Amino acid sequence: MIDYNDLIFEISRPGRTGSSLPKRDVDPVDLQDKVPSHLIREEATELPEVSELQLVRHYTALSNKNHGIDNGFYPLGSCTMKYNPKVNEDVARFEGFSRIHPYQPAETVQGALALLYELQEDLAEITGMDAVTLQPSAGAQGEWTGLMMVKAYHEHKGEKRTKVLVPDSAHGTNPASAAVAGFRTVTISSNSDGLVDVEELKKHMDNDTAALMLTNPNTLGLFEKDIVEIAGVVHESGGLLYYDGANANAILGKTTPGKMGFDIVHLNLHKTFTTPHGGGGPGAGPVGVNKKLIPFLPVPRIEKKEDQFVLNIDEPLSIGRVKGYYGNFGILVRAYTYIRTMGPAGLRKVSESAVLHANYLRKKLEPYFESSYSQVCKHEFVLSGSRQKKLGVRTLDIAKRLLDFGYHPPTIYFPLNVEECLMIEPTETESKETIDAFAEVMIQIAKEVEENPDMVLEAPHTTIIGRLDEVQAARQPILRYVKEETERSAL
Amino acid sequence: MTSTYRYLPDTTEDQKEMLDFLNLSSVEELFEDLPPEIRLNKELNIPEALPESLLIKHMQKLSSQNKNASQLPVFLGAGTYDHYIPSVVNHMISRAEFYTAYTPYQPEISQGELQAIFEFQTMVCELTGMDVANSSMYDGFTALAEAASLSVSATKRSKVIVSKAVHPESRAILRTAANGPGYGVEEIGLNESITDVQQLQRQIDQDTAAVIVQYPNFFGSIEDLAELNRITKEQGALFIVSSNPLSLAVLQPPGKLGADIVVGDMQPLGIPMSFGGPHCGYFAVTKKFMRKVPGRIVGQTVDDAGKRGFVLTLQAREQHIRREKAASNICSNQALNALASAVCMTALGKNGICEMAQLNIEKADYMAKSLEKKGFIVTNGAPFFNEFVVELPRPVHEMNKALLEQGMIGGFDLGMDYGMNQHMLIAVTEQRTKEEIDQFIAVMEEIIND
Repeated sequence: MIDYNDLIFEISRPGRTGSSLPKRDVDPVDLQDKVPSHLIREEATELPEVSELQLVRHYTALSNKNHGIDNGFYPLGSCTMKYNPKVNEDVARFEGFSRIHPYQPAETVQGALALLYELQEDLAEITGMDAVTLQPSAGAQGEWTGLMMVKAYHEHKGEKRTKVLVPDSAHGTNPASAAVAGFRTVTISSNSDGLVDVEELKKHMDNDTAALMLTNPNTLGLFEKDIVEIAGVVHESGGLLYYDGANANAILGKTTPGKMGFDIVHLNLHKTFTTPHGGGGPGAGPVGVNKKLIPFLPVPRIEKKEDQFVLNIDEPLSIGRVKGYYGNFGILVRAYTYIRTMGPAGLRKVSESAVLHANYLRKKLEPYFESSYSQVCKHEFVLSGSRQKKLGVRTLDIAKRLLDFGYHPPTIYFPLNVEECLMIEPTETESKETIDAFAEVMIQIAKEVEENPDMVLEAPHTTIIGRLDEVQAARQPILRYVKEETERSAL
Repeated sequence: MTSTYRYLPDTTEDQKEMLDFLNLSSVEELFEDLPPEIRLNKELNIPEALPESLLIKHMQKLSSQNKNASQLPVFLGAGTYDHYIPSVVNHMISRAEFYTAYTPYQPEISQGELQAIFEFQTMVCELTGMDVANSSMYDGFTALAEAASLSVSATKRSKVIVSKAVHPESRAILRTAANGPGYGVEEIGLNESITDVQQLQRQIDQDTAAVIVQYPNFFGSIEDLAELNRITKEQGALFIVSSNPLSLAVLQPPGKLGADIVVGDMQPLGIPMSFGGPHCGYFAVTKKFMRKVPGRIVGQTVDDAGKRGFVLTLQAREQHIRREKAASNICSNQALNALASAVCMTALGKNGICEMAQLNIEKADYMAKSLEKKGFIVTNGAPFFNEFVVELPRPVHEMNKALLEQGMIGGFDLGMDYGMNQHMLIAVTEQRTKEEIDQFIAVMEEIIND
């Protein structure tokens, strides 16, 4: 492969273009006649000037420096890096979905509204909730939307509750979302089995507690088996129970957050429902609620009136709008397509395979890495690199060594309550051969740590670039390309 | 035995081997820690699986129940626009190395994404005239609400002032968001189609964290940012500008007119309308607020051999590090759409983007003038970009119904949000031909003379 390191700005030459615009078919307008001169741009926007092929070569070269699920195994715990089906991509690009305007009259977008309505119904069934909003663009936005509903619910009852409980193993977004929604966060510690300590929870539950946020299975991959009791404790003191759906890949068709006693659920469609992560987004974070919270759902709501699908914005108790238009529609189309592909038995098998794969890989690796929790896991599990750390090799080094074998490393240093943590989620779409091969590599690395630690400490050896200086990046930030001043030209 | 699901590779033998290794006899045993009372002992009540060919037919049917912009010319804008998207955009973002990747937390195998975002940040800085841009926000509306939060926390003041000429959905989301931390949101009325400067002067005070305006505003009018900024700064408030990035190819960038934070949506540059999402918010600030920006930022650095490379940086701002003390809870963003807009901006280039912006101005100008010639009243007192408001002798929804019958999607009805149900907001992009514009006007005339 050619070693290509240019920025798009560095291959730019004045006079080239990669696009063709329609010719002017109306009278020209001189901006000077129309707009006050101080509001007219003086200096040209320094966008690159390249031909279409140069553009294609540039971005193709960049893509070659990127690892995606299609390139290889991606056991990134908590992120559910499963296969992103191709047909979903095709469907989302149908012109009847991609080329429609959000403010078109409802009668011209009945297919889109029908799809959204059906997806709401499907997700309500999958989560055991009574109603779903599809608006939030991502998990974190779903959390915030849910918590704003928690707030509205208590306020409507005339109560001002200020506290949200999160376990120490929670995703960082949980406390951050609670804070953005105006709550104060209290962290509750897990017991030695890695589960919520019910006695500790009882101590914190009072009439100032608005909600408890939980994932189940939790971030250690363990099922909170006391969930019914936990729900009872929370509800008894008037609190609400919030389900972070980041780990929903473990429970499809096996149980629902509704059955567990949760009041609010968000799902990450870019995790459980195969929509691509896109290098960081866009995702979608629909939120489901049970009956008592329906009045507080965001607007607009997609409803069915006789045979027509309509948008309802007239809900006096609603928390209001949370996102432009109706959510990340293109992502919702993909998730809908996936659900129609799998059907009820298919979704159940997804979780069964995901859980089987995780347990199989866990048992293969347990002899070589420390594991504090030996019980059956769900779709993911955590190991600790503490044994390797004693030999001078950290989990970060193990992660970097994995890169040499073409694997994306597991999530590392999360959850925070496990030392030198490795969080591994193989997903259901990987074959047994892939899982076996990964296990072999992990075992080889564990042996290298003992026999040839430098091999791991100096990793990666085969990537196009070595370990990057993150301290320098943060201390002397260079956050954009700057062209030499003398080269800048006037418009 | 083979698997009947193409995304699930386990054969019966595979499953048996794995279960044997675990000393288990069935998968069900792996779920024994679920209390019996919460188990779902029946299949989910959702439609049965569809084989791929039938699935595609089903999706085509749903798709065909929508009238799309390839079938009908669209004169609707109001924040989402039908623009030319070069074919290369879709091809580049369809590279699976980009779209099937997670957030680039492992820089050694994510240089492609990181560099592309670094280039995107540079382009956003170029357009807005700002020092620092992040890697994207959910959309322009939520970006505006985040900017308001930043201003409240940076100034420790208790309210923001937003112009009514800012998109109604931006203001609605801002109101929802402000309910969290509990800061005030006050609105400033209109003077014809622009922000009422005198009202702003009266309303702004030492409690004002920020003044928020849109440029061009919701009605297409080009606000005088210099004047608005002057009033804002007199009270020590921050100046937040929401801006259509295409317009900035020809308009003076907000960064040159005093803006502290510039936000908006990249949708006009390379992102399909898609019924309103996914689009791509952008967020740009002056250097002073670099360490308060929400979301991910890519920075340039070197590897252990001194080679240039890129990493996610300034992460101490973010939720996965600061948890409840984070400035924002954003985690997933709209990275793939940021890539799409970077590819589009690259394809357009320095001249193409100006040409495209100019075409928008000219076509909107042509349409407005043509309507005026026919006796319609264009109510924008101020110069406008690619949108303007026309006053009609009849309710907009009646006009739109008739336009639809003639195969055209009419403009935005200002009735619901502004109580002006005889005012239509019309957008004219480079996609609209003179012929389509003339036809639209002919239909309008016909309806009125009916």
